[in-house]
Amino acid sequence: MANLAAVVGIGQTKYTTKRGDVSIAGLVREAAVNALQDADLTWDDIEAVIVGKAPDMFEGIIMPEAYLTDALGCNGKPMLRVHTAGSVGGSTALVAASHVQSGTFKRVLTVAFEKQSESNAMWALSNPQPFSTHLNAGAGGYFAPIIREYMRRSKAPYNVGIKVAVKDRLHGARNPLAHLQKPDITMQEVEDSFMLWDPLRFLESCPSSDGACAMVIVSEELATKSPKPPAWIRGGAMRSEPTMYAGRDEVSPQAGRDCAADVYKQAGITNPRKDLDCAEVYVPFSWYEPMWLENLGFAPEGEGWKLTMSGATSLDEGGDIPWNCSGGVLCSNPIGASGMIRFAEAARQVRGDAGAHQVEGAKLALGHAYGGGAQFYSMWVVGAHKS
Amino acid sequence: MSDEQEVITAIKAPVFLKYNFTAGKAATRFLAQIKKGVLTGQRCPKCAAVFVPPRGSCAACGVATEEEVVLADKATVQSFTIVSIPIPNNPIQPPYIIANLVPDGANVSFIHLMSECVNEDIHIGQRVQAVWKPQAEWDYAMANIRYFKPIDEPDVPVDRIGKLPVTGLEG
Amino acid sequence: MKKIAIVAYQQSDSVSDAGAVNEVELIMPVLQRTFAQVGLNNAQDVDFVCSGSCDYLQGAAFAFVAGVDALGAVPPIKESHVEMDAAWALYESILKIRMGHADSALIYGFSKSSPGELPIVLSQQLDPYYLAPLWIDSVSLAALQARLMLDAGLITERDMAEVVSRSRRNARSNPHAQLSGDISPEDILAGEMYLSPLRKADCCPVSDGASAMIIATVEQAQEWGVPYVIISGIDHCIETHNLGMRDLTDSVSTRTAAKRAGIDAGKVDVAELYAPFSHQEIILTRALGLGKETSVNPSGGVLAGNLMMASGLSRIGEVFNRIVSGAARRGIAHATSGPCLQHNLVTVLERAEKA
Repeated sequence: MANLAAVVGIGQTKYTTKRGDVSIAGLVREAAVNALQDADLTWDDIEAVIVGKAPDMFEGIIMPEAYLTDALGCNGKPMLRVHTAGSVGGSTALVAASHVQSGTFKRVLTVAFEKQSESNAMWALSNPQPFSTHLNAGAGGYFAPIIREYMRRSKAPYNVGIKVAVKDRLHGARNPLAHLQKPDITMQEVEDSFMLWDPLRFLESCPSSDGACAMVIVSEELATKSPKPPAWIRGGAMRSEPTMYAGRDEVSPQAGRDCAADVYKQAGITNPRKDLDCAEVYVPFSWYEPMWLENLGFAPEGEGWKLTMSGATSLDEGGDIPWNCSGGVLCSNPIGASGMIRFAEAARQVRGDAGAHQVEGAKLALGHAYGGGAQFYSMWVVGAHKS
Repeated sequence: MSDEQEVITAIKAPVFLKYNFTAGKAATRFLAQIKKGVLTGQRCPKCAAVFVPPRGSCAACGVATEEEVVLADKATVQSFTIVSIPIPNNPIQPPYIIANLVPDGANVSFIHLMSECVNEDIHIGQRVQAVWKPQAEWDYAMANIRYFKPIDEPDVPVDRIGKLPVTGLEG
Repeated sequence: MKKIAIVAYQQSDSVSDAGAVNEVELIMPVLQRTFAQVGLNNAQDVDFVCSGSCDYLQGAAFAFVAGVDALGAVPPIKESHVEMDAAWALYESILKIRMGHADSALIYGFSKSSPGELPIVLSQQLDPYYLAPLWIDSVSLAALQARLMLDAGLITERDMAEVVSRSRRNARSNPHAQLSGDISPEDILAGEMYLSPLRKADCCPVSDGASAMIIATVEQAQEWGVPYVIISGIDHCIETHNLGMRDLTDSVSTRTAAKRAGIDAGKVDVAELYAPFSHQEIILTRALGLGKETSVNPSGGVLAGNLMMASGLSRIGEVFNRIVSGAARRGIAHATSGPCLQHNLVTVLERAEKA
């Protein structure tokens, strides 16, 4: 059985298009220092550092953890760098937790980041590969056809995505760290925005952000001594499937369903909508909310959009299962960090530490990340109580 | 030289790396065939799924694929999107259709362009046909097919997309 | 803590250019031999998979994703990846087993370095503001380190040549080696300087290939009924990236990692050290306090073939081979990453006692 571990410190940077005021080292250190301060710890208290980020071509540096060891107080300690494409922020948190859950370490620091303004993320994602057709016009171009198939299957009305885009930006307006601050956004404004990859409009897509997120994860014994309430890690799971195989359901991938089933089993969750108080879910394009509501078992197949339209996932509408109260990926997307931000924001909720986007009395929350061709999943459940 | 030094906040450090790419064995066979105007896939010896373009393995079974299968250059639209932004370094003008197409005889889709069509009329299940470049321009590239255009054949029911034999609907 | 063992190890030949093979075609034969060594079929038969690779070696973002196609990942599997040598993927897998989320794991590393110019590619693994814009290749950095050693009187050019000669000789019994043969230190010293004070022979070759390993709890290994070797300790440690701020003639982090992994708990019969340059083998041997009773790099080491992103795992595999064959009782394997031995990992392996 895994040892119990908890998050006792969380630190983030302000997310923005370009952090021109800090180097990459400065960016990660800012998040790390914030996390240490939140945990009331010093660099010397940390036994190991686990770093995660997405493809190195987003900044143009190979294996940047080698250069960041000074900034992260890691000299003389073990350092690991995880890379699982878009889900990396989540997998990094899970790998960091495993350092403590395995009984190997008592107190670790984990940081996920992306300073994608330094290179060109769209180029790195669409870099022409020899011997392949060069038809990739960004991640949205990959996901739009899948969304179209969801719309066909579910017969969802055209404006479900628009509703999600508005909801997440209104949530983001409660979060001073969020990149996109759009407190006055309306359904009409989103509908009128430029159609990029039909059916995805500009305002239904995530921004490109610089940012970093850090957490301090400790053993049960040390967590009970920490000054602020810990977020107990009640379950963690990862699943991968290939990008392409015959009969693959790209709309609701099996790997996502299996991963959710695993993490729910660990956390004793049988009815996610009722048992969880809120969720931070990786939704980079609006329609992924109804799709993930189904994939994660919050709604029956074909009915995720009904949950969205009912306002159930909206903090502002008093929904019973708010999703992405932080504003989610639709408000801030430093790609390598986005997964960890989901995990960290879930932890903030159950610590009662989410400020103006707090879900009242939240005790159990889900953090979710996915990546690649919707093929890599990492998820965790955190709680205010040990069990 | 002035006493006040300009604070340097950024440097431009271009990265220029040269790579000599080789196609894998499976891709080499595929490209050799397409240079002759033939679209091919490879079949998994275990589950019989036909992959296009082939990468040398069946991803589901984790075994090597060897058997080459000739596919039709007719396909079915599995899904699509209308793109309004250009592709970096590609001369194509927006708005254009990128579609996931399953050629007859294959069980997975590849992406390609569609043209000679009204964008708003494109739909899932639609039948399309490859429009090739002139033979004199054929090279080791999928781009030998300029795009796919709609043809006058009945739509494929959604549950049969990716399951048609090489002879198409009638087969 | 749970006892974890290695049950299988396989690698491809180290070749200078694997030619027309993509990632899947490179990895799959090695994986299939590794599964077969234990009587398994594919990734469905282990509880966890973790790989190590580096996108930039292939020149494509997400290059590692292609590797998933070699596993048989339907139904979906528990799988992860580190952008580091697969020795660190082994580390992550050990944590997974220790926490009870897996009883077995497949680890693999691979690279096709031949498409690019590896030393130049690696120049971008440096501080992006102060070092990378200078485009200092990895061989030049190693040469600076060798110069420090020579000028301090810590080694001679002959010492370096002897390392190379021994490597080539040892590699003659390694069927996967790229460079092997009988070449005397004199012949090496007679050769031209490549990047002073390094001769070409002092530098490892660039190799394409893959290696893979299966580990499991001792209980699972016994259930499978295959010979196994105990991983009695593993640890790693990183030093500052700033070359001017550490003593490049020593490897403090290797010593630290080795001590924490328990190197001192017994004799070291065999040591496989990831030394891509001859002088670095000397640095590491001294840092670990290895004496005449230890056979160093009997496989020929990395000087005989360097599967980037898999060489660290391969060191562990080579020690495994020697213990399971009975040639040794106890050994250590070392992996390194970053310029001039910045980051080091040490694994201690021991023969399993009769149950």
